[in-house]
Parts: sequence; C-alpha cells; structure tokens
Amino acid sequence: MNETTFNPAVIEMLGADITALRDASFTVVENVEWTVQPGEFWVVAGQQHSGKIHLLLHAAGLMMPARGMCRLFGCDTREFDEEQIAERLRVGIVFADGRLFNQLSIAENVALPLRYHKNLAEAEAARAVELLLELLELTPFANSTPGSLASSWRQRAALARALVLKPELLLLDNPLGGLGVRPRQWLLKFLEQLATGHEFFGGCPMTIVVTTDDLRAWQHPKRKFAVLHEGNFSGLGAWNGEDFARSPAVKELLAEPVETNL
Amino acid sequence: MRGELAKAFQLTGTQVFRHAVTPKSYADRLGRKLFLALLTIQGLGAFALITLGVMIKKFSVARSVVQPQVRAEISRSGSALMPLFIFVALALGFVVVGQAVSALARLGQTNYLGSTMVIVIVRELGPLLTAMLVLARVGTANVIELGTARALGEVEALEALGIDPVHYLIVPRVIGMALGIFSLTIYLILGALASGYLFAFLQDVPLTPGDYLKQITGALNWLDFALLALKTVTFGFFIAIVTCYHGLAQPLRLEDVARVAVRAVTQGVVVCVLIDAIFIILYLVT
Repeated sequence: MNETTFNPAVIEMLGADITALRDASFTVVENVEWTVQPGEFWVVAGQQHSGKIHLLLHAAGLMMPARGMCRLFGCDTREFDEEQIAERLRVGIVFADGRLFNQLSIAENVALPLRYHKNLAEAEAARAVELLLELLELTPFANSTPGSLASSWRQRAALARALVLKPELLLLDNPLGGLGVRPRQWLLKFLEQLATGHEFFGGCPMTIVVTTDDLRAWQHPKRKFAVLHEGNFSGLGAWNGEDFARSPAVKELLAEPVETNL
Repeated sequence: MRGELAKAFQLTGTQVFRHAVTPKSYADRLGRKLFLALLTIQGLGAFALITLGVMIKKFSVARSVVQPQVRAEISRSGSALMPLFIFVALALGFVVVGQAVSALARLGQTNYLGSTMVIVIVRELGPLLTAMLVLARVGTANVIELGTARALGEVEALEALGIDPVHYLIVPRVIGMALGIFSLTIYLILGALASGYLFAFLQDVPLTPGDYLKQITGALNWLDFALLALKTVTFGFFIAIVTCYHGLAQPLRLEDVARVAVRAVTQGVVVCVLIDAIFIILYLVT
C-alpha cells in the first residue's frame, strides 16, 4: 500500500463509456460513474454479455473508455504507457476461463510474471512460486500442463498467477462460474481472507472486484454491489437485504437458475 | 501494448475489407484484391517496424525469460531441422550438383564449374530452398500456435500481466528464425556441394577434389558471403514477421486459424520470392 497520506481511489470512472474488446467502436456500457476505495470488496453483477469483462479490462487500464475518464490508483489510464507499468502491476486479473498459457506448466505459468518483471532465473523464482502453490493447494499439479487439469484447478492456477506479484487490486471475472460446491466454498473463503488481509500478502486488506451473473453466493453486509443492466451501470452500495432485492435487475440476478429447479 | 499490437492490423482496415460483401463486377473484385494487398503490405510494414522497435527498446528487459525463448526458437528453426536438411542437402547434391558436374565434364567445360555452383547453389537454391522449408515446417507452426493463443485469449492474459506480447512472443521467433535460416543455409550449401562431388566421383568424372574446391573458392568473392548472410537473415526476419502477423496481430476465432495459416504460408512464399528478386538485382548491380 502507498505510505503517502493522500490515498487516491483505486478505481475511479467518471462518465466512462465502456467499449467492446473486439470492436472499439461499439459501446457496451454508457456513462459509468464508479469509485472503488482501497480495501473495498465490490461485486458487479450482470447477465451474460452485459459487458462485465469489458468493465474489468477498462478498470485495469487495458482498454481506454471511448468517452469520459478512468483512473487507476489516481493515474489517468489514457496516459498509460510502458512507464506506468508499475501501476499496472498493482492489479491482478483472473479471467473467467483462466487463460493460462497452454505451452507452460502450472508452475511456469505462475512464475512467468515474477520472472519477467523481476528478471529472475527459473530457480530463483521457484521458491516464491512453491509457497504460493502450496497456499492455493496446487502443489500436486505444479508440473502439469493446463490442458490436463479440471477447470476448477485451472481457475485456481490463474488466481495464483494473478497473485504472484502481490497486487493491491484483484479483479476476477465470474470466478464462481462452472465451479462445484467445494471449489466454490474454498474460493469464497479465500477471497474473504484476502479482503480482510492475508498474512501471505503482507496482511493488508486487498481491494477486490468480482463480476457475477448470480448474486446469491455473494450476499454479504461488508461487500458493495453494482449492477450492469441494459447498457447502464448502477452502483447500489452495501447489501441491504430485501429493499435491495426489489430492483428488477437484482431480482433477476438473485433468481435460481432453471437447471437448479429441474 | 494493446494499441501497438492492434495498430498494425486494425488501423489499416484490413478486417473491414475481408468481411465486406464480395463485389459483383470483376473490375471491382480486382480492385478490392489490390487494395487488400496494399493494406496487408502496410500492416506487415507497421508490424515489422513495431517488432524492430521493441527489439531495440527492450533489448535488456527480462533477459532471463526472453533469452531461453530465443535459444528454444533457434533450436526449433535451426538444429531441430538438421536431419531434414541433411537429407535435402544429399538430394540436392545428387540431383542438381552431381548432374551439373558430370554434364560440364562431358562437355569439357569444367572451368565453368565454380561459377555455376556459386550461382545455382550459393546464391539461389541454397537460401531459397532453406527459407521455403523453414516456412513450411516452422512458419506454419508459428501461425497455428499464435493464432490459437490469440483465439483463446492468451494475448489478453499476457497484457493483463504487464508482459508485452511482441517482446515475449514475436522477438524470440524473429531472432530464432533469422539465425536458424542463416545456419541451415550454410549447412545445406556445404552438404549439397559435398554430396554433389560424391555423385560426380561415382560417375567417374575426371575431377580431383582439389580442383573442384579450387573452382568453387575461385568463383566466390567477399560479396557472396556478405549478401548470403544478409539474404538469409532477411528471409528469416520476414518469414517470422508474416507468420506472426497473421497469427497474432489480428483478432481471431479458433475456426479462423486454419484459413489464416494457409494465407500466411502463401504470403510467406510471395515475400521470399520478392526478396530473392531484390537480391538478384543486387547481385547484378554489384
């Protein structure tokens, strides 16, 4: 964390128009006004194709808003260049499908950012990676390639890769999607530990933003919520029970999926 | 980084033209093909410049990661292909050199042997054949690997980790291919000349190894060595650029990868022939 007295917002979007990854001329979400303060845990909910991943990519400074402004740790993302790489490394992203590098083993995948940014030899990075793999219970799969693992382990390996540089902001795209009951419980517990300050990461509360299309698992009084609905972003604030659930957009995201009813 | 990578492809509007409705008249179709070819050249040029820029600017960045990648690429585009090249060198020697030697000996024109060998093997067939074989063996693999990585979102994942995809994925391939083609050409030329003499020797051509060697060394000058090095490195650089451009610089879906691989190999062949033509002019001028 910054030791300066002035602690800027981690993410600040001011009237930002979020564009699509494949077609930058197409606006997915309009006029986003959103501020994420250090240590907050945000849950951004929206139906499929509502622009959740695009919002995360903009928040991480990997895409520029078509209109408006997006600041990351107080820096305007439009001015991001190679020189601002240090700001980018304060952010860890976990994609919904993991997006691990298929040619590398799990240990190599996790070590890659560490080796690249700190110019470490394989053996030097190995110790740091070993501890992290142990923490995430991935040690038995260290030498496996991503293709040989179940999706829940791939997802966990992607989380390890995002955490290896000990980021201050963690962005997760639909992390519970497709997970079984146990991996779900493990992940929710682990994210809660990160949000309250995990000793492995220096004990500081990590700022977390997750996206989801199913709000039921995320209800928690300490978390803040936002909804993406029909191209609009609505910051709802902290969970406040039934009042909160009256919004039609939230009601949809709280509804049990059809396959569960069947 | 995202902007840099996209610049080479998206700004040229190539994608728009590829997905546009096919025009009805032949003239319009031809016009579109020509325009598309120009846009591709523009995109390839931009991509080559971006790669060169990254290569220079990030020369000392993350060497512990990039250097092993470069070594792996040199091995893939060079030493791993040695068995194939030994076979091709033997075949080339028997088919071309041996026949040329025995034909010239029958005509009593063995004094032209050196210059014939230098023009056919050292200047033309050696570099061009090597480039084509590396394009087929490694270039195709490049497009498929990078195209699949692009389609599966691995490039976005690299960017999210603050790793420049051009630096991590393209630079090692460019260096590896340039050095690989250079080395393989040397081995191919040496192998072809040696096996060619062996073939001629088996046919009882009255030519001693010393005379054969003297003829060839006499026909070679320093410019041949310099242009051979330049030509092979240029082949390697541009084959890597064309294949990586098609694999990485454009948004792909998995189903596009096979089509793009075919396009990349075709363009690779055209680029090699064009480079060869430029070097023929250079040889003629100097």
